[in-house]
Order: sequence, then structure tokens, then C-alpha cells
Amino acid sequence: MKEKVIIELKNVSKHFGQTYAVEDFSLRVKKGEFVTFLGPSGCGKTTTLRMIAGFELPTGGEILLNGEDIAQLPPYERPVNTVFQKYALFPHMDVYDNIAFGLKLKKIEDGGKMRHLTKEEIDKKVKNALKIVDLEDYDYRDISTLSGGQQQRIAIARAIVNEPEILLLDEPLGALDLKMRKDMQLELKAMHKKLGITFIYVTHDQEEALTLSDTVVVMKDGMIQQVGSPEDIYNEPNNAFVANFIGESNIYSGTYKGDMKVRFINHTFDCVDEFPKNEKVDIVIRPEDVHIKENEEGMAKGKIVSKIFKGIHYEYILMVGRNELVVVDTRSFDVGKTYMFDIEPDGIHIMKKELTANIYNDAYIDKQNRVVISETPFPCDITALVQGSSLDDEGYVVGPDGTKYDFTDADVVATIGLDAIEILDDDESGIVRGEIVSIIYKGDHYQLTIRTPEDEDFVLDTEYTYDENDLVGLNVKPEDIKLKLKGEAKQYAKK
Amino acid sequence: MKKNFSLTDFLCKFYVYILLFVMYAPILLLIAFSFTNTKIIGNWDGFSMHLYRTLFRDKEIMQAFYNTFLVAISSAVVSTILGTLGAIGIFYSKKRTKAIMEGIGNIPVMNAEIVTALSLTILFVFFGVQFNFITLLVGHVVLTIPFVVLSVRPKLMQMDPNIYEAALDLGATPAKALRSIVLPEIMPGVFSGFILSVTLSLDDYIITAFTRDTAFQTLSTYVYGVTSKKGTLPPSLRALTTVITLIALVILIIVNVNSKEKKSDEKI
Repeated sequence: MKEKVIIELKNVSKHFGQTYAVEDFSLRVKKGEFVTFLGPSGCGKTTTLRMIAGFELPTGGEILLNGEDIAQLPPYERPVNTVFQKYALFPHMDVYDNIAFGLKLKKIEDGGKMRHLTKEEIDKKVKNALKIVDLEDYDYRDISTLSGGQQQRIAIARAIVNEPEILLLDEPLGALDLKMRKDMQLELKAMHKKLGITFIYVTHDQEEALTLSDTVVVMKDGMIQQVGSPEDIYNEPNNAFVANFIGESNIYSGTYKGDMKVRFINHTFDCVDEFPKNEKVDIVIRPEDVHIKENEEGMAKGKIVSKIFKGIHYEYILMVGRNELVVVDTRSFDVGKTYMFDIEPDGIHIMKKELTANIYNDAYIDKQNRVVISETPFPCDITALVQGSSLDDEGYVVGPDGTKYDFTDADVVATIGLDAIEILDDDESGIVRGEIVSIIYKGDHYQLTIRTPEDEDFVLDTEYTYDENDLVGLNVKPEDIKLKLKGEAKQYAKK
Repeated sequence: MKKNFSLTDFLCKFYVYILLFVMYAPILLLIAFSFTNTKIIGNWDGFSMHLYRTLFRDKEIMQAFYNTFLVAISSAVVSTILGTLGAIGIFYSKKRTKAIMEGIGNIPVMNAEIVTALSLTILFVFFGVQFNFITLLVGHVVLTIPFVVLSVRPKLMQMDPNIYEAALDLGATPAKALRSIVLPEIMPGVFSGFILSVTLSLDDYIITAFTRDTAFQTLSTYVYGVTSKKGTLPPSLRALTTVITLIALVILIIVNVNSKEKKSDEKI
């Protein structure tokens, strides 16, 4: 039997002017499923949830609930209910009235006629909801007298009492302390099983997502990175972002050597994936897939530089040449000693390399012969556009045959290598400034993504450590910006 | 126990008393002399309620008194409704709109009243509107609306902004959510906005003088009229001032008791 799809999002997107919060989001959720949207803040997970709830209207795509498009319906006409991050209980009402609020507005069909629920019916449902959240004697308590955890339960009771088809939860445990959060996770899971309602849950906590969900949707920059069961997401990440976001991992750049062999950290390892020969790839290794050898031979060797006791196991950092390798092991090894180690072939996850250079397709040349990327002019070597050319006194490019070119406003593609961008602590002193939006550690260096106020991204490799949200300045040497004209140089020749 | 009489302490208290004295002496003087029947303040002619009798028999003053309150209450009702809705609208606007609206909303508060009064007059003349009760009402609404917005705004900011969405989520229409969820939360702000509007309107002279029908007297225009004609203050105005002070005092006490009760309610 095919399981019933309760809600389907088809190419849903949400644009705010030029920028987008969610782009081309497609997902099917089965009835009774527990789905989690997981991602860092600003990845569009909450916006997607709000579009399902009806607080935001999508700018494109369809939201099909039981096959009917509800994308443009107001929230009060949708059979879904939301548990808000900060509960959003009504402070001037007691617990009972909070829970009964939705029921009092509800109309049901009774013998062909629509009628409101009777007092007795409401009473029974409210009492039952309070029982589900384990707060039976709290009916007439004031909201302000409840603890955070109790308020959270009331918020859940207020939503489920309406028997929604889908329950939406927007980081509902975010405001609770760690212990309470763990308890509530278990309770939510039990509640989901008991009620049989479809849950769509939003969180930035990967552990929470793995613990609770049947299906995890990992998001970044408004786009789905991977959809799958918690096991799939953890064991077979689609890309370096997912691997880095879910659990501890070692991420390296490497080359696929062919015949199930891959080379990284200056060693060649056996693997189980197939890729085109000599393709540049990203490699992810979970710390538990590395086995340190006590005396026997191994595939490679590394020196233990750090050892941290974590309760069940030790966490080691091995230096393999210039690369760090994080390993967990239950056995105790000595810091400072060199050990051989093995990596299981199926523990080496190989992914298509995402980015080898920054490419800007809508750059152009300004009057001062600079290239404008994201509204910022960068000095560049404009003579590279015409082979063998030079600049004359007036700033025109003169070709070897004496032709003058005026490249003002010429559209070009600018390419900047990941290692060609210099990062400066002082955000005012670079050519362009931006905020660090992502940091991925790649063994011996970090790959940073810096976003400018104009929403353009610069990706660079650096060996220095920075923090997310740091403001930094960026510098690029003129000769490191590779330019390619769109169209022919002839068009720009001066007559 | 150590008793330490410090000079700084004494000076601090002394300063406060002096300040209070300067603030209240004129009012107390006026109140005291409202109970004696003399032309000139300073001559005590024995206790008498004569001024009050003349005051309440003076048809002109009583009419002005009635007019003043009519304008104050009706303009306060209109401003409170419009101002509250405006504040809610601004609060739920997008960032940019919000910043602009808040900026624009503050201008009338800072602006000289005479400018508002003149502009209104010119506007009415431009459109050929006869000066009547409605123009006066519009004038007072324009005067008091920003203050309602300003007193409702902090209450909105204290409120959990999600409760409106929560109400919609539970099936309430926007109107219902506003009435039964948002309004009860900001009621104290709405109430103080209303009181503020009443008091601002009560003692307004400039806008009243410019936008009224000349036959329509409020207390402020009446007092100004008689003092500019006769040059001296008619003694019965002393009684009138006392009555107004008393009314203000009663309102103040009601407001304070009200907010105190609210606070102790929350603590239980």
C-alpha cells in the first residue's frame, strides 16, 4: 500500500525584493510523519514553516494539502496549528481559556448544519489536552505563574486540542534549559506516536533533529541540501556543508585516483565510491571510522597532539603531515607518540567538489578600468582582455596592432581563486567588507564564506581562525582577478 | 544605631521642598482665595462660598465649561480609536515603513502648536470649510493623536508579537484576533492615551482659537477673552480654577489606583 501524502510543497519560493529566503523548495510529507527542517539561522527553515502556517505567502510554487493548493489561504482557514518558539500564550487568559480559544471559534457539522461546540464538548477536549501534556490540575492557573516548561506544554496543548492535520513546531524547545529540553524531546516523540498527527519541526540543533525525526530536511541559504532519514543524513552526507553541520567530521580536499582509490592528506586510500579519474573531490571522514593501531601496520601514521576524555571515549587529534585528523576511540593512547592508523574504505565519503574558484558572471568594467563586482570596484589588469596589449596615457587599451579599445561598461566574467583573496581583520581597510557566514575546516585550512552587504559571497581559503559573524575586509591583487569578456573585443574597439 | 545627620542629606531634601513649593504655591494660593470674596488677591475678607455661587450661576462660564468637556471627551474618543489602530498598524508594518511612520508621527509632537493651528486654518479656508464644531474637533484630534500613538507603542513593544499570529493560527479572523487578543494586552496604554488626550484638549488655547466657530467658547478662549477685555481676572475664575484642579486630582487618583491594582493582580 502506498502511504498517503498529506502535504506537498512544489517549487515553493519566497523572495523579498532582490533577495530570496526560500528558493525552489519541493518536498512531500507523508501522513503521520515527523519531519524536521534543519539548518543554521537564516537558512529559510522558519520562513518555509511560516508559509505552511499561512503567515507568509509564497512568491512562487504550490502548497498542496491533501491535494488542494492552500498557498494563498489565510492562516485561520488552514487545518494546521503552530507551536511558537516563545510559546505566544495569551497572557490575559488563564490556562483553560488559552486552550479553549481555538475550540470556541471552531464550527462543526452536525446533521447538515454548522454549529459551535457546546460548553461540555469544549470542556471535555480541554481536559483531555491537559491530560496529554501532563498538566491536569492547571486549568485555572494564570499563565505568568507557570515555568517555561509548563508554558511550553500549554502551548502544545493549545495547538493539539484543535486536532490539526499537521502540527508545526518552530524551535519549540529553544528557550528551555538542556535537561528540560532532553525530557521534552522524549515526550514530544511519545506524543507524536500517540496522536498520529503529522509533525513538522524546525530546529538548528542537529542532535535534536536526529533524535526526533523520521525525515530530516537539511537547508542552507534557502535551498534544500539533503532530504533523508537521520541515518542517511549522517552516514551519506550529500556535500561538505551537510557533513560539517551534522555531527563531528574531518573534511579534506583530495583527488580521485581511479580504481577505487582516492588521495588526500598525502596518502592514497581505498574507497568504495566511483568518480571520474583525477577529479577534485571533497572527502568526509567521521571520527569513529578511523582506527588507531597499537603495534601492527596501518595505512598511514600520525602523531597524537591532543587527547580529551569525553566519558565513553577519548577524542584525539592526530597530525598527519600538516593535516589534523579527529579520531574517537575507547582505548587510551599517549599524547606525543606516533601511531599507525586505518580508515575503513566505506568510512571515506567522497563528494563532488563544490567550488574551486569564485566566479562572478555579472561583473563589468567601470570608467577607471576597474572591475565592478557586487557594486564594488576592484583594481584589475585590464590589458589581459586583449593579448599583447598595453595601456596608453588616456587609459585606453591599445592592442598589438594599434587598435584602441574602450572597455567602459563592458560585461565580463571575473574569476578569483580561493587562495587569491587576502583576509584582513580590519573591515575598513580592504577593498570590500563582509561578514563571515560559514566556516568549514578542511584538515589544514579553513574555507570561509564572506558575504558582503550587497549579498555577494566571496569564498576563500585561510589557515587562520576566525569566528562566524566576524566583520572582515578583503583584498585581491589586480593580477589575481581573471577576466573574460562576454562577447568579442572588437565591439569595444574605438574608431 | 548610628544617627548621622549629614548636610548633603538636608540640602537634598530642602531642594525638593523648595521645588514643590514653587510648583504648588500659586495653585494653593488661588484655591485659598477662591473661598473669600475679594477683588484683589491678598486681602482676606473672611470665608465665603460666594465665588462658587456666582460661578455656577454664570451661564456663560457654565456653557464654556460644558463645551470644553464636550470637545475634550469627543476628540479624545476619536483620537484614541484612530491612534490605537494607527499604533497597531505601525507596529506590524515592515521595518522600513515602520521607521518612516514613527518618524513622521513624532513631528507633530515636536512641532510648535501655532504652526499646526495655522496650517489647519489655512487648510480649512483652502477647502472653503465653515468653522464649526467639526473643524474644532478635527483640530483637537490632530493635536492629540500622536500622543495616543506614543502611549500605546510601549505596550505593543512589551507584548509578545507572536500572539496575534497565534490567534490567527487558532482560527480567529484578523478582526477577532485584534479585539480579543491584542486589545486587552495594550489596554493600559490605550487608557493613558485617552486620559492624556483629554487633558491636552482641556487646556488647549491656540488650536481652539484658530479652528472654532467664534460663537463657540471653551474655558480657555473665555478666560483669554475676559482678561484681554477687562484686564483683570474676574474673581469667579478663582473658583473655576479650583474646580478644574479638583477634577484633575480625581482623574489622577483614579489612574493611579487603577494601575496599582493591576500590578498587585499580576503578583499573585
